Amino acid sequence: MNPIALILAFPLLGFLINGLLGPKLPKSIVGWLGSIAVFASFILAVSKWSLILADAKGINWNAYTFLQIEQLTLNVSFTLDRLSLWMTLIITGIGSLIHLYSISYMDHDEQPAKFFAYLNLFIFSMLLLVLGSNFLMLFFGWEGVGLCSYLLIGFWYTNKDFGHAARKAFVMNRIGDLGLLLGMYLIASNYGSLEYAEVLPSMAQGNGSVSLLTGIAVLLFIGAIGKSAQVPLFTWLPDAMAGPTPVSALIHAATMVTAGIYLVVRTQALFFLSPAARTVVLVIGVLTALIAAVIALRQNDIKKVLAYSTVSQLGFMFVALGVGAYTTALFHVTTHAFFKALLFLGAGSVIHGVHDEQDMRYMGGLKSKMPVTYWTLLIGTLAISGFPMLSGFFSKDEILANVFHHSALVYGIMAFAALLTSVYMFRLFFLTFHGEYRGTEKLEFDKVHESNWKMTTPLLVLALLSVLGGLLNLPHYISHEGFLSAWLKPTYIMFEEVIHADMTTEILLISMAVLIFLVGFVYSRQRYLVKGVSPEVETKGVAKWLQNKLYIDEFYNLVVVKPLEVLGDILFALFDTLLLYGLTFAVHPVLRWVGGRNRKIQNGNIEFYLLYMVVAIAILLGVNLLFV
Amino acid sequence: MLSIFHSLEISHYIYLSCVLFSIGLFGVLFRRNAIILLMCIELMLNAVNLLLAAFTEYMGDTQANGQMFVFFIMVVAAAEAAVGLAIIVMVYRNTRKTDVSFLDQLKD
Amino acid sequence: MELIIIPVVAALLSIFTKGNRWLNTILATAGLGVLLLKFGPSNMDYQSGQWVSIVDVPWLSDVVHFHLGLDGISYLLLLLTNILLPLIVFSVNDHRKPSLVPLALVMQAGLNGVFMAKDGLMFYLFWELAMIPIYFITLIYAERDNFVTTVRFFIYTFIGSLGMLASLIYLYTKTPDASFAFESLMSINLGYTESIWVGAGFLLAFAVKIPLFPFHTWQPNTYTYAPAQGSMLLSGIMLKMGLYGLIRWYMPLAGESIPFYQPIIITLAVIGIVYGALIAMRQEDMKRLVAYSSLSHVGLIAAGIMTMTETGMNGALLQMFVHGVNVVGLFMAIDLIQQTYRGRHFAELGGLAKVNRWFTILFFLIIIGTAAAPLTNGFPGEFMLLKSIFDYDTTYVVFAGLTIILCAVYMLRMFQFSMLGEPQEENKPIALVNTLPLVVIAIMVIVIGIFPQWFIEIFEPAVKNILTTISNTKGVMS
Repeated sequence: MNPIALILAFPLLGFLINGLLGPKLPKSIVGWLGSIAVFASFILAVSKWSLILADAKGINWNAYTFLQIEQLTLNVSFTLDRLSLWMTLIITGIGSLIHLYSISYMDHDEQPAKFFAYLNLFIFSMLLLVLGSNFLMLFFGWEGVGLCSYLLIGFWYTNKDFGHAARKAFVMNRIGDLGLLLGMYLIASNYGSLEYAEVLPSMAQGNGSVSLLTGIAVLLFIGAIGKSAQVPLFTWLPDAMAGPTPVSALIHAATMVTAGIYLVVRTQALFFLSPAARTVVLVIGVLTALIAAVIALRQNDIKKVLAYSTVSQLGFMFVALGVGAYTTALFHVTTHAFFKALLFLGAGSVIHGVHDEQDMRYMGGLKSKMPVTYWTLLIGTLAISGFPMLSGFFSKDEILANVFHHSALVYGIMAFAALLTSVYMFRLFFLTFHGEYRGTEKLEFDKVHESNWKMTTPLLVLALLSVLGGLLNLPHYISHEGFLSAWLKPTYIMFEEVIHADMTTEILLISMAVLIFLVGFVYSRQRYLVKGVSPEVETKGVAKWLQNKLYIDEFYNLVVVKPLEVLGDILFALFDTLLLYGLTFAVHPVLRWVGGRNRKIQNGNIEFYLLYMVVAIAILLGVNLLFV
Repeated sequence: MLSIFHSLEISHYIYLSCVLFSIGLFGVLFRRNAIILLMCIELMLNAVNLLLAAFTEYMGDTQANGQMFVFFIMVVAAAEAAVGLAIIVMVYRNTRKTDVSFLDQLKD
Repeated sequence: MELIIIPVVAALLSIFTKGNRWLNTILATAGLGVLLLKFGPSNMDYQSGQWVSIVDVPWLSDVVHFHLGLDGISYLLLLLTNILLPLIVFSVNDHRKPSLVPLALVMQAGLNGVFMAKDGLMFYLFWELAMIPIYFITLIYAERDNFVTTVRFFIYTFIGSLGMLASLIYLYTKTPDASFAFESLMSINLGYTESIWVGAGFLLAFAVKIPLFPFHTWQPNTYTYAPAQGSMLLSGIMLKMGLYGLIRWYMPLAGESIPFYQPIIITLAVIGIVYGALIAMRQEDMKRLVAYSSLSHVGLIAAGIMTMTETGMNGALLQMFVHGVNVVGLFMAIDLIQQTYRGRHFAELGGLAKVNRWFTILFFLIIIGTAAAPLTNGFPGEFMLLKSIFDYDTTYVVFAGLTIILCAVYMLRMFQFSMLGEPQEENKPIALVNTLPLVVIAIMVIVIGIFPQWFIEIFEPAVKNILTTISNTKGVMS
């Protein structure tokens, strides 16, 4: 059996078993079943490492023909090359840890089997997305993760708001999906195929005008905007916090949102050939990184802060893509997967410890009660804020360095966004663990507890990865060529060598990065630790705007949702019911009127009938004489 | 007798029968007495009869097909008159009138 | 021939079953059995795409022949009819509706005839024959006094049919051999103006039946107030008569008018897609919601057919089958909810997922199938249809593509308000045996979604054949 088939089969099997037999299985088994299914895929993927290392072309598997549309053949086919193997490892690796963590997190839930079934389906969809060898498979996975996120966000289905958030996530994703679909049509009708291996080289050989390529690239990017929660379609991601915390970790770290990055990296030849499309990517990325970071400054829900931080980090990745640094973007995806999974799971541990309280206004001083969570979360915070030599430092620095070569202005904005990252992350950290406990009387401080080993082990593993993740792609001033750069090089069809700056600039940039981290840290420390500003104060002026997420949701409601709803109402009430349906009613009086007029002729008098007859005969005869 | 017959041209017969038919037709349309109505119908039929007989002669039809039709029509007319008069008698018994304008029960 | 007789015999027998749903279902399955055993792909040559005659005997002297036969397209729709009928019959579990099953079975005969007729007048006769039972079903078993709605529906569709009859008779007067046979009718070369009038007659009949915006006004009320089985028969199968007629009768017979009507119909259809979806978004009554969503979906199918491309036609046929299956599933699920709980308005429902595990899964599968999620049956057809519209006109596809977004909105809205949320009070679950038809439908949702190509191969040659015929005889290039 083809290894790709097996990699895909394990999570699918896990889904089917848990989904169909779930309620019959003992609660203790379902979690392990789901975790093992994903871990088996991980092991299998690892075992193929040397094979892919030797042969960069990778393994192909053509399962069957899905559709044959005139000349266009759409296959269910997969390819395991260096890029997809890398993604597979992230997905299944981080995925396994999140599964393991979920076992005890979902301990008290009524339907753990359902939860693990959905998780496995999520992993399956994501694997479909990265392993597919054509745009159709990508689209399958693309919509699949959207659907799974719908199921998982709305997991606690009795809550109406959660259901609403789930629906919002799915619909916003679908807006992007339409763009992706149209991009696929454009590719199909111009290149006669949807296989990467046929389309991309053809583009690289110069087939197709620049405007066509830009059109395709922008349409595909619209898909990425939806899935990776970029401006303007980012509002679903923070709402997606409605789901259980491991789901947030899964969506934010390992799967789903990275799909947009994967798409651009996969089709990098296309984006390479269209500078205009790259500019679009860059602009959207910059906007997202900044706006999300600003909003994150004043959020009080611990998960919401992390959510906006994800949006902001995704903006960083798209900025990297916008300046053509594909490997760097993927490097940041990787390190971000480590520390963001760590942060979310840590946050989950905190939430679990304080009995499902998510508002940081009611936390504080948890350091003594939850040591493991405290230290691991500290590592995560340091990593994302860019503490030197941790994973986030390297990847973010690489992005900033690339941006610096591109444009000083963009560098300035991104440096500011990085500063904000440091500020809001330490705000979260200090508010949660330091200072006085601000919990309400419903939960006494004594009842706060550390999580058990099934939850802390993944934290420790992820903390280790967050520390060491930088080794995956060391900058050129430490090693000659980063590991990831060398690994991914063969998958790029069109590649521009990165021009390295001279040593002075490099040192300048590094010191800038360290400075950014320090300023953010010191500011937050002053404000939240030393001064002890409690978040309740921050409810006026700009802070209020930020707390309400710049009123973007309200704006969309006003501009898009409401008009559509009103339009629907008007069409139904006025146009459909009154006008069109009324028209059919109008037939009746008209016929009645005409009949009422004509009935007078039928007065029952024989003479008149005879007269009509004679007149009619005369007319007919006359017509006959005149015209025939 | 024959000579008179032949001395008239066919057009004279046509004129005569047209006049007779028209008289009958107008009678049917504008008189209200049922008996007169019936008589006018007879008049129309006889106008046609006249024409049939005249044309038979004019065409030199030795089989006398036209005259055959005349007899048919006369028989039918007699039957019709019998039935018609019977109806009129019945109507008269019910309404004490032979005026057809009262008979407007056909509507609705 | 068996496909006409057996349902009629079954209808007669079903009078004596005393409403036993299992017996009724067995009777209704007889048609499917014959179809699979006698006319299955193993016995018939669907790969050549040619028409296969089964019966062809003079009926009204030589003018009308009793001519039945089938090709891949007919087979697909026969399959749809005969698969859905047992499911619909099974869903009748009310002894107070004794004549529902016999009427449905008579309708099956009529529908089978429509999809097999190859003689103009025969087609018309079966077309009207199928109308009569549904008239009685919607009239007798309606939820409320439904006379006005039903008569309106009947007269509306009847006037449409008269247009078709007029066109058929006009073509008949032009035939050299004075015959209603398909080949004779097709062999006439119509002038441009002439063809527009003839086409108008056909299109009136089909547009009302499909229904195409703005000829749809009979539809929402009829669907809403008809008994569930009536809605299923109407939306699941009868709509497809109109679409089938478009492919089989309008295009070959009045093909000269296609250049004239193509932009008109596609525009109307695209308007209908967005229009139906926008209205469906705001409905609170589940049945009415599905009625408007159906308007949106068939609009897409009609537009795909009218692009006159292989992609569009294949996609349309696949989607006809899929829409039939899904919409019957939706109506059935709504009927079960309505039977078991308070009603079918959002305000009266909520939280049903709590006590109905299997029903929720099945309902959700059908919903995402309707919303065209990949690996469910809605996706391949919609993909092909949108591609055909994309190739026809790129601006249209943006509007038609809105269906992807809006369909998700209203379908998930329906799911959320009915199944999710806090239960209003302790509910009893829906009886599992009643969900059996939904299981069959859910299986079709998955299987067709994963292996659509198997399915398309049945009718693809016939589509090629028809398109070649049209372009050869009528000079219309696809």
